Amino acid sequence: MQTARVIPCLDVTAGRVVKGVNFVDLRDAGDPVELAARYDAEGADELVFLDITASSDARNTMVDVVARTAEEVFIPLTVGGGIRTVDDARTMLRAGADKVSLNTAAIDRPEVISEVASEFGTQCAVVAIDARRRDASVPSQGWGVFTHGGRNPTQLDAIEWAVQAVARGAGEILLTSMDRDGTRDGFDLELTNAISSALNVPVIASGGVGKLSHLVDGVIKGGADAVLAASIFHFGEYSVAEAKQEMAAAGIAVRPA
Amino acid sequence: MTLIAVLDYGIGNLRSAQKALEHVGADARLTADHGLIADAAGVVLPGVGAFGPCMDALGDAGLRDIAYEAASAAAEGNGRPFLGVCVGMQMLFDGSDETPDAQGLGVLPGRSTLLPDSVKRPQMQWNVVDWTTGSRLAEAQPDPCWMYFVHSFAVVASQDSDVAATCSYGRPDVAAAVERGVLWATQFHPEKSSRNGLALLDNFLNACA
Repeated sequence: MQTARVIPCLDVTAGRVVKGVNFVDLRDAGDPVELAARYDAEGADELVFLDITASSDARNTMVDVVARTAEEVFIPLTVGGGIRTVDDARTMLRAGADKVSLNTAAIDRPEVISEVASEFGTQCAVVAIDARRRDASVPSQGWGVFTHGGRNPTQLDAIEWAVQAVARGAGEILLTSMDRDGTRDGFDLELTNAISSALNVPVIASGGVGKLSHLVDGVIKGGADAVLAASIFHFGEYSVAEAKQEMAAAGIAVRPA
Repeated sequence: MTLIAVLDYGIGNLRSAQKALEHVGADARLTADHGLIADAAGVVLPGVGAFGPCMDALGDAGLRDIAYEAASAAAEGNGRPFLGVCVGMQMLFDGSDETPDAQGLGVLPGRSTLLPDSVKRPQMQWNVVDWTTGSRLAEAQPDPCWMYFVHSFAVVASQDSDVAATCSYGRPDVAAAVERGVLWATQFHPEKSSRNGLALLDNFLNACA
């Protein structure tokens, strides 16, 4: 049976969750460890921690957050943001992460994908791709790859880059539509489908979720293997359990909460 | 507290197996110390990554013979309980198509083969585990029993009686757990399978006590 995963994503800086979190019954809603435990209890299939700071001090704080999470939360944890080398990856894995997500570092030096994959296995080498339509009026131009939160364009084509990343050892692709990120208009289904059908590794769809039907669309229309969302869960609009109920009702195989 | 030796041979994330065992009340030590391993009431062989590098690393850490002896005694039912996890399950068998030249421990007969082309690889998801025998590890598990898998290769056991649980992924009978005597191994990750995984580790711990 192939089952779709639901993955809450936490943006973390200086050991705190950002993008205001609104769980009334948490003692400290800004504590990534407590939030992670909450999502686990709700039936989250995995968690992603995205370190959105870059200084080396913050890196040590992130290692501590990962280690504290690994003491209490026993579902898979992916850590991304600022991981540039095998040593960076090792530090996070030894702290308790199961996978590391490579983004800009993989674009700057694609060899790092194969280095991480050969050292720790392809299953822990996730490549994150931030993609944006080159020209909305000319769909045939496809999607380009961007860095730095969608601000900086690269020469890479999103589909070609995804294929190359997998050839170099990526075991999973975390695909974010920069056109949709933050819009709450739903995933870029065309992009998701184009990437997912070009690959034989799992694809996590990200960017744009505003309601639960978007998660359903990501899997059924986009062909995603997993769906990632942040704000709809953080703000308490929907629980992970509700997300799974909606998906199950649409005929998608999910692990019930 | 029951001392459990989690064999430390320097690969990937071994901490989570140790932490999950601690969570269910074990005195779990991540160790390559022969004396400590000898004193333990149970032995855990985790494994992540590729088959060959794991076998090499186990040898380089000086743990190959110890792992073989502990697992063999457990399989004969007269040793300490032993639990292999993920590649740690595959390593108990003769070999793997992932690294054809690498020799497995050969405690159980069979080898790992690639999952079918019809499904995405790795299987990186939660799946329902169908316990085909009344395994002690499965006590108090809910039905359906969901566990978390990450693997591209899967054990094909030569003896059906060694297979304690299966899951369906590309083919209906993917070996999800094996059992012989007090030797157990799971293809899924109990340490990443939330409540169900912790309950399984608790059952293992009880078998060690």
